[in-house]
Amino acid sequence: MSHLRNLWQPWTRRIKLDSKDRLPYAVQDEGVGGLPTPSPSSQTQAAGRVAAIDQRFWRALGRWGQPYLFILPGFLIYLVFVLIPIISTVRYSFFDWTGFSEATFIGFDNYIELANDRDFWRAIGNNAFFVVFYTIIPIIFALFLTSLMTRGKLRGMAFFRTGLFIPQVMSMVVVGIIWRWLFTIDGPINQLLTLVGLESWVRPWLGDFTFARYAVGAVGSWVQYGLAMVLFLAGIQAIDEELYDAAKVFGANALQQFRYVTLPGLRQQIIVAFVLTFIAALRVFDLVFVLTRGGPGKETWVTSYMVYEETFRFNRAGYGAAIAVTMALVIVTVSAVVFWVQSRDDRNA
Amino acid sequence: MLNITTIRQHSRTWFSYVLLSFFLLIALLPFVGIVFTAFKTTAELSASPFAPPASLNFDNFVEAWNGARFSTYFQSSVIVVVPVVIISSILATMSGFGFGMFRFPGDNILLLIILLGLMVPFEAVIIPLWQLMDDLGLRNTYWALILPQIALSFAFGTFWMRANFKNMPRELIDAAVVDGCTTWGVLWRILFPLSRPALLSLVVLLFMWTWNEFFLVLVLASGDLRTLPVGLALLRGRYTTDIPVMAAGSIMLFLPVLILYIFFQRSFIRGMVSGALKG
Repeated sequence: MSHLRNLWQPWTRRIKLDSKDRLPYAVQDEGVGGLPTPSPSSQTQAAGRVAAIDQRFWRALGRWGQPYLFILPGFLIYLVFVLIPIISTVRYSFFDWTGFSEATFIGFDNYIELANDRDFWRAIGNNAFFVVFYTIIPIIFALFLTSLMTRGKLRGMAFFRTGLFIPQVMSMVVVGIIWRWLFTIDGPINQLLTLVGLESWVRPWLGDFTFARYAVGAVGSWVQYGLAMVLFLAGIQAIDEELYDAAKVFGANALQQFRYVTLPGLRQQIIVAFVLTFIAALRVFDLVFVLTRGGPGKETWVTSYMVYEETFRFNRAGYGAAIAVTMALVIVTVSAVVFWVQSRDDRNA
Repeated sequence: MLNITTIRQHSRTWFSYVLLSFFLLIALLPFVGIVFTAFKTTAELSASPFAPPASLNFDNFVEAWNGARFSTYFQSSVIVVVPVVIISSILATMSGFGFGMFRFPGDNILLLIILLGLMVPFEAVIIPLWQLMDDLGLRNTYWALILPQIALSFAFGTFWMRANFKNMPRELIDAAVVDGCTTWGVLWRILFPLSRPALLSLVVLLFMWTWNEFFLVLVLASGDLRTLPVGLALLRGRYTTDIPVMAAGSIMLFLPVLILYIFFQRSFIRGMVSGALKG
């Protein structure tokens, strides 16, 4: 199992690290990106050796101009095509600008308009609605299923894992095309409903004002549940069976075992599943574009789609930029909070 | 001897298989459906939507490839994906080496700046990019699709390769340095061969993300420059209702990724899960 543990939990920093196998420069790393860091004890052990090698390595491998040369080519492209555009987006968000005419500085007017824009709140509301389908339903569902399953090793897990994860690697356009067809009025889902005698349920799901949101959300749940299951199935096998035995000795029932052993044991996997699916729900674009284009009316209208429409269809680039900045702020904040929680966990571990 | 506990364990194992199989089926059935559909005629599809196709009829694929112009989109996809994957892998390997092997003034700040590129949604860069491509005279060229995607892949690649280089056995480097190896020599002759698994994972992940990229291409490309996902999503005219042709087009889009995924599923899962902040 140990190889699986290493494979499956790079973020838990359980990878066994021998201080002498590592470069001195990595020792003081704070683990940006959730990557492994050695324990404090190995730091002190290695300190003496590190100093000596440090000197030699630096002298021999070059003055510190060198690392910059390695980073520079990629960083320049990154600077021009990502970093400066990010700054420009923030700048444009303070302008009244069509995207091609002269831009006029209007201060926070775009943001003030945004705060009073019912369509924007509707988009935020729909993103929140999709969080339920992308994040909460798949995680609870996968937790429930994994806790019903055996914790022992199952043969053929690689097969199930591969299959369950497939929706994650597929183009969301393909997923959208498939489900658009499944949901059409004479499509397989409605035919199936007729077959089992539920004719009253037959409807053009994606065009229905009440059910379009649920239909798009259901596709989201379908995409995400495999991810959560793959994560939790790997995680639960890494939990020490003795913890369950101990819990049983103390008379814990199944629910208590879940609450006090399984749930804490899966903490890292739950965090990862949460981040991935939550951000997917905030960013959802491809799926909405293919399935409904925000419709019917504005029933499935989300923030990313609003950026697209305002900027490239209504030629309100400044306003679109303000929406994009708001969206980016929320996503970066969520990511930063998770980083912080994870690094705090690691310090306490 | 069978006692109650082992019987319970056995039944639990069987129950686990039943559950897993059921949900595996739900994950896969839509794809099976689209494959069946791609071989059916429109009439056959409405007559028996659930049945396997009566014959292996490739007409829909021919129609998609020629009539619906998937040959053009496929070509665009290849023209964009190949340079993005190759160039960003090289650049990321270099910067990952720089960050993983050295400490230098400003290293953490630079890393945080690159981390930003991993977190922001494409929406936050797309408006100025659109403008920038005009200014550079690159609008309606493949460069408008290639350069931004290299820049965005660079952010993930740097973190990925940095982690790889940080876990390298330093005895080797030490020995090489003593023998008078240059930094470039250390990277190329010693660390590069050891980094092949990480690099391979990076290549397949970047391939998938670039191949499937939708938003950026939708905004920055038009006409023949469109790659497969955008071409498929924007099918026009009689093809919008021709589900078998769309199904054939979908297969052309997902088959390359699916094949890679089946061979490198560990790389895919590990990469997508550890790069938890990449969208």
